Amino acid sequence: MSTLTSPDVGRRTTGRRGAVARVLAAPLVVAVLGLVTLLWLQSIELDSIEKRTLNTDYLVDRVREHLLLSLSAAALVALLAIPAGVLIHRTNSRVLRGVVLALANIGQATPAVGVVILLAIVWRTGFTTALVALVAYSFLPVLRNTLTGLAEVDPATREAARGMGMTRTQVLRRIELPLASPVILAGLRTSLVFAVGVATIATFINAGGLGDMIVNGLKLQRYPVLIVGAALVAGIAILIDWVAGLVEEYARPRGL
Amino acid sequence: MPKPTTIIFPSMDVRGAASGGSATSGGGVSIELDSVTKTYPGQDVSAVEDFSMRIEPGELVMFVGPSGCGKTTTMKMVNRIIEPTSGSIRIDGQDVLSLSPDQLRRHIGYVIQQIGLFPHMTIADNIATVPRLLGWSKKETSARVEELLDTVQLDPAVFADRYPRQLSGGQQQRAGVARALAADPPVMLMDEPFGATDPITREKLQAEFLRLQADIGKTIIFVTHDFDEAVRLGDRIAVLSERSQIEQFDTPAAILAAPANDYVASFIGSGAALKRLSLMPVTSADLSFGAPASGGKRPQLDPTATLRDALDLLVVTGAEALEIVDADGTRLGCLTHAAISAALTQSSPTRGAGPAAGEGVHR
Repeated sequence: MSTLTSPDVGRRTTGRRGAVARVLAAPLVVAVLGLVTLLWLQSIELDSIEKRTLNTDYLVDRVREHLLLSLSAAALVALLAIPAGVLIHRTNSRVLRGVVLALANIGQATPAVGVVILLAIVWRTGFTTALVALVAYSFLPVLRNTLTGLAEVDPATREAARGMGMTRTQVLRRIELPLASPVILAGLRTSLVFAVGVATIATFINAGGLGDMIVNGLKLQRYPVLIVGAALVAGIAILIDWVAGLVEEYARPRGL
Repeated sequence: MPKPTTIIFPSMDVRGAASGGSATSGGGVSIELDSVTKTYPGQDVSAVEDFSMRIEPGELVMFVGPSGCGKTTTMKMVNRIIEPTSGSIRIDGQDVLSLSPDQLRRHIGYVIQQIGLFPHMTIADNIATVPRLLGWSKKETSARVEELLDTVQLDPAVFADRYPRQLSGGQQQRAGVARALAADPPVMLMDEPFGATDPITREKLQAEFLRLQADIGKTIIFVTHDFDEAVRLGDRIAVLSERSQIEQFDTPAAILAAPANDYVASFIGSGAALKRLSLMPVTSADLSFGAPASGGKRPQLDPTATLRDALDLLVVTGAEALEIVDADGTRLGCLTHAAISAALTQSSPTRGAGPAAGEGVHR
């Protein structure tokens, strides 16, 4: 859409040093966290149960499961919640908007463990169920932010666009969505980080992930297993938030 | 997107795309509103009731009235931002209700008080909006953008690639006017375009706008609540009251000289005579007062000044008369208080009559 742009306009100028520090802070924290955990593991004696868990193959498998679950949940949420938000916005109905937000809020307030386990009882256990539960659970931030972002577009901007003869679809694609994109992306980021955290619960319905380590560690009182699992979840959440933050910054339309 | 080179209004130039013409091509077409009424659902009283008006090609008509009188609603029915409940609106004889609203709007310039520049697009992209909707080529579009930035006195090298928030309010409003002019529409609708700017900027924008309109001769409906602005800019002023009823529709000079009723008079406010003087050139007064006594030195004034300027100078200097001297130094005559008063009395038309003598100076 925008072809006539010059490279040096509209960049945020937060001060170079501040920006660098902000960009590097999260990976640094994660690296330190990882290093400390590793050193600590090497300083202690692991028994056979712990050794069965704390090896590369097992860890890679759990991390893969965890990422697959949370990332596909977030992707599905993006695919479902953003169009849903757009559709609700286009109906211009305050009532519908209110009802949907209220329903979504109720969903959000329900404890995640409850959602996952109930769904497993009425349906089945496994990955798909965990995925559905996660999607249902992280739907709200994206939906709400899509609605808010679109509603926050200055009415004068919209009127100018209509007054110049843009069709409703053109107004949506060229004006409303780009202007709402920072808010929508912020919602996606929230729901992604959410999904990483909540995916630990998948272990209760046999859907794998790092939750396995946390729960087993607790049950068997093998704290190294518990701690490594928890540290991995935390590290992944921080790193994903960091990447999402970078994307958000990069994708923000210039001029805002 | 299809490339609509359809000529929406019959007498429009065959100029589906920018034929490399200047910003000054095009010109205006007539607008006729016939018994236009707008009633919002669930309301007993119409917002606009039975509004009829004919606006000539190239005319700049001011809608003046208090907030909520329906002047903006009336204007917005012309480009169907608001759909009329009944009545008909014709632009250049073409019924606007028979056209697709989106197509219609691409051929009507639209400027609003909040400007409404797209904050995520550069000024160039903002101005290019309608040409792109109309499917102009890249080359035509960028040439047009450059030309328009020049027209509204924004240096293309400096402003084309800037974003709206990097511009001052006055600059943004100029960009807004440029954007509205982009596809050279024969009709412009302007909703208090200078309302949000400070008085100094506003005056500057008004002066520039008058110069621009003298060049491009669009048919313009200009909504304002500022009567002085209406007097300054308008060819004709429609003073509107509730439900967009036309209390008086006439030239500024005629309205000032003979307000149709108390409502119009109250809207003009105090200083009607002074406002009229600001519409009359010094040359419309009797300049035959005698030359200064030998040795006497009088203040000098250019013949392009208005009688209001003359009065101002007389009051400030305390002189008994002014010398009217043109740019070449030729003395045209001499102006006194009495001559100014006489000019005012002479020019008073009878109520509802046509343009007053000496009217239309500022063009």
